[in-house]
Amino acid sequence: MSTFVYMTRCDGCGHCVDICPSDIMHIDETIRRAKNIEPNFCWECYACVKACPNHAIDVRGYADFAPMGHSVRVRREEEKGTISWKIKFRNGTVKDFVSPITTKPWGKFIPKLAEGDKPNQGEIKTQILYNEPEGLNTKKELPSVPKDSFKKGVYY
Amino acid sequence: MIYNNPFSILSETIPAIATQSFLIAMVALVVVGTLVDIIHKKNVKYFFQNAKKAKKSATRELGNVERFSVVAKTVVYDIATTSELGAGKRRVAHLLGMYGTILFWIASAVMIFCYSSSSSNTPLVWPIIWHVGAIMTILGGCWFWFFLRVDVYSEAQPWYRIIKADLFVLALIATSLFGLIWSYLQSLNLNDRWDDKVFLVLYVVSNLVLFGGVYWSKFAHMFYKPGAAIQKNLAEADGSRDNLPPEADAPEKFGLGIKREAPKHY
Repeated sequence: MSTFVYMTRCDGCGHCVDICPSDIMHIDETIRRAKNIEPNFCWECYACVKACPNHAIDVRGYADFAPMGHSVRVRREEEKGTISWKIKFRNGTVKDFVSPITTKPWGKFIPKLAEGDKPNQGEIKTQILYNEPEGLNTKKELPSVPKDSFKKGVYY
Repeated sequence: MIYNNPFSILSETIPAIATQSFLIAMVALVVVGTLVDIIHKKNVKYFFQNAKKAKKSATRELGNVERFSVVAKTVVYDIATTSELGAGKRRVAHLLGMYGTILFWIASAVMIFCYSSSSSNTPLVWPIIWHVGAIMTILGGCWFWFFLRVDVYSEAQPWYRIIKADLFVLALIATSLFGLIWSYLQSLNLNDRWDDKVFLVLYVVSNLVLFGGVYWSKFAHMFYKPGAAIQKNLAEADGSRDNLPPEADAPEKFGLGIKREAPKHY
């Protein structure tokens, strides 16, 4: 299933066209409103749903985990820095969640990896990934879980 | 030119009753086109079904006074200033086009019905409103069509690619533009030369396309959009909110979110 657009809400601004990672949100050539041109290719990332300033986009979830009668809707308030979710179950249960917006502005905060130090052979062979631990904003050793603390028979 | 009533000069060659009948026919075309559009799309039926469904999930009952205040606020804020377009170029262009068209149409109707005989003395204000309205429509319409159109701005299409969705805006621009040129040529007193007559014909044809093409263009959005805005704000007030979550009671630690950027990253 996929995203769909409430035509009375859409004003054809193009935010969803801009943000869709699958490039399947396009503008209808007759009424100049957004539409999902290839619903089968929609992976329900909710990028367009969150980007729409008019709350004009909704999603029909896959029926195996989101049965008919449910609703998952989102409100993005950039001035507050919040994304609110409302999950409505078909038995009437309603759950509300609020999370912070963590998206960075377009084109900013791109790490300049080419300008960084080249890793030496010894660093390449370690378990530590490039730029760790400094990249995680810590100078300490990375935390590890000793194997003998595992419960026997549970892990492989 | 700006102080001349073009319909009063026109009445020397075409009787006023013909111009008045033409205007009534255009209104009739809009009514018929909108009704056929409603029947074909079933959008009004869906709209009321949806409103009925939304009412079931309302958390509070709205009184008549509250309902009226929501509608009044929507008319003043959402409809009169087209707030859904945000604070950007699209909104300014839309307001220019919208108010330009309204002024142009009102001035046309007043001049055609009240001051269309060659002997009538038209108050200066009406021709000025008519010309200013036409100029505003052309400015707003061209700004939108050349630069702000989503096909150009987000879909990376060239500005000269014309699609069916352009029927409304192009017909609107053509009507105002041909009207202005016709009025200008008429004011030059060309002594029965062909110029102004050609532009009168173009003005009439563009009007026919604009008002006769309601079914195929997005003309009727000016009737649907206010209804949708009122329903949206009523749903917000009665708590149903079309299943949307309530506005966040933002914790301070969340800080400022990034602003939506204009779509241009195609």
